[in-house]
Amino acid sequence: MKNELIKPQGLVKNANRRQFLKTGSLSVAAAGLFLVGCNDDDDMMPPMDGGVKLGSGDIGILNYAYALEQLEAAFYAAVLTGSYFANASAEEKTIMGDLEKHERAHREFFKAALGDAAIADLEVNFSAIDFSNRTSVLMAAKTFEDLGVAAYNGAGQFIENVDYLVIAGKIVSVEARHAAAIRDLINPGSADFAGDDLIDANGLERTLNFTQVLTAASAYVTTPIDFSQLPS
Amino acid sequence: MNLLKLLDKMCPDTNSPEEKDMFFSRREAFRQFGDMSKKVAMAAVPLGLLSALPRVAKADTASLIGVLNFALTLEHLEYRYYQTGIESGVIDGADAAIFNKIRDHELAHVNFLTEVISNVLMGTPVAEPGFDFTAGGNFSPFTDYPTFLALSQAFEDTGVRAYKGQAGNVMENDVVLTAALSIHSVEARHASMVRRLRTKKGQDTVKGWITNGSNGTLPAATQAIYTGEENVTHGGVNVVNLTGIDAGAVSEGWDEPLSKDQVLGIASLFLA
Repeated sequence: MKNELIKPQGLVKNANRRQFLKTGSLSVAAAGLFLVGCNDDDDMMPPMDGGVKLGSGDIGILNYAYALEQLEAAFYAAVLTGSYFANASAEEKTIMGDLEKHERAHREFFKAALGDAAIADLEVNFSAIDFSNRTSVLMAAKTFEDLGVAAYNGAGQFIENVDYLVIAGKIVSVEARHAAAIRDLINPGSADFAGDDLIDANGLERTLNFTQVLTAASAYVTTPIDFSQLPS
Repeated sequence: MNLLKLLDKMCPDTNSPEEKDMFFSRREAFRQFGDMSKKVAMAAVPLGLLSALPRVAKADTASLIGVLNFALTLEHLEYRYYQTGIESGVIDGADAAIFNKIRDHELAHVNFLTEVISNVLMGTPVAEPGFDFTAGGNFSPFTDYPTFLALSQAFEDTGVRAYKGQAGNVMENDVVLTAALSIHSVEARHASMVRRLRTKKGQDTVKGWITNGSNGTLPAATQAIYTGEENVTHGGVNVVNLTGIDAGAVSEGWDEPLSKDQVLGIASLFLA
């Protein structure tokens, strides 16, 4: 997770500077990836070259989910072509094969549900992941699955349409099932499947907000994502 | 931060002309202290901190208390089940870390929901009911480990569906919704772990996710827990037709909700 917030001068130029500074939520991650977040719906931020704009309201949140599912689907597609998978145990082959199908199904579902409002395909960069190395793959899978759960849990409160909320609920528990399985592969038989690093003393799993999630995702997504119109 | 003041500012009087705007006001107000929900529940809520809420939304508060008492009933069931299992010695030593952790979470959920109901919503939390985990002499979960694991899976998968089914009923309260979602995913992690554990032990062939609404080798009485999980159409989109992915995998990719009545029908098997 990148914690540093850096203000890229190029992007600020045409924006409404006062609003921008007020919210102070512009994040820049490694490798020239830009994430933009403002609280106002009427900000003056122009679409970035080559970037995607998630949009506002429930559409914006569905696009947010679609972006994450694109990332996960791309990851598992890459896993299935790597030598870790080719040499994996039968159990791990089944799990990785299932996860690839589930995430691809999620991605295609959101794309169809969003129709014309869907963002474009995101470009990803998995150069930090060694797809021939079991630990590297499983640690990345853990990151993506835990991130997905925290993202859905954090976004739920902003969804206005109950049908969308239920659909998000149907997906988030499957992401949590994935996350638990991956964590158990990494540390079998331990309590890590629902570890204290994620679950607090009230038994509540962590939530992450849009900025936190997209900042983490930006380590692997090269397409700039403008989420300035998401609800807050 | 003065929450009472904030709430007074943001929540108009019920009788005021702004009543029609209350939906938004209430959502906004809850949103404002949403970040505090965890701290609120942890640190014995300052009495009266949230007493402004019933004033602005009495009917909604009653409904929230009802939903949370329903959830609390399930958490009582789960906690008592694991605590009794741990005390009975039925659990394999190698699996102790797993079930101690699950027990701890269920106890935390009981305490959290009790706290929210009594000190945030100013309601009365349900007392723990008497349970009969033999379901009338049919099961021996505390002397037979495979049965213990089977019922554990049944309770966790039920819990996931139960919370999911209530999401729409608490969505006007961002704090409660977020807390419910944050419990929901924990139950799903438990379910995945227990399901895979049973398969690793050769007791079943289930995966961490639910395939085609199958209850695997669980007793027939548990079928109601899985019926409906075979669904592959979401928001009007048949995902099998859309993607060409097999129906089994698509069914695994979405968990389905259960209504309160459906869940209580399942849970009633285990009420004394």
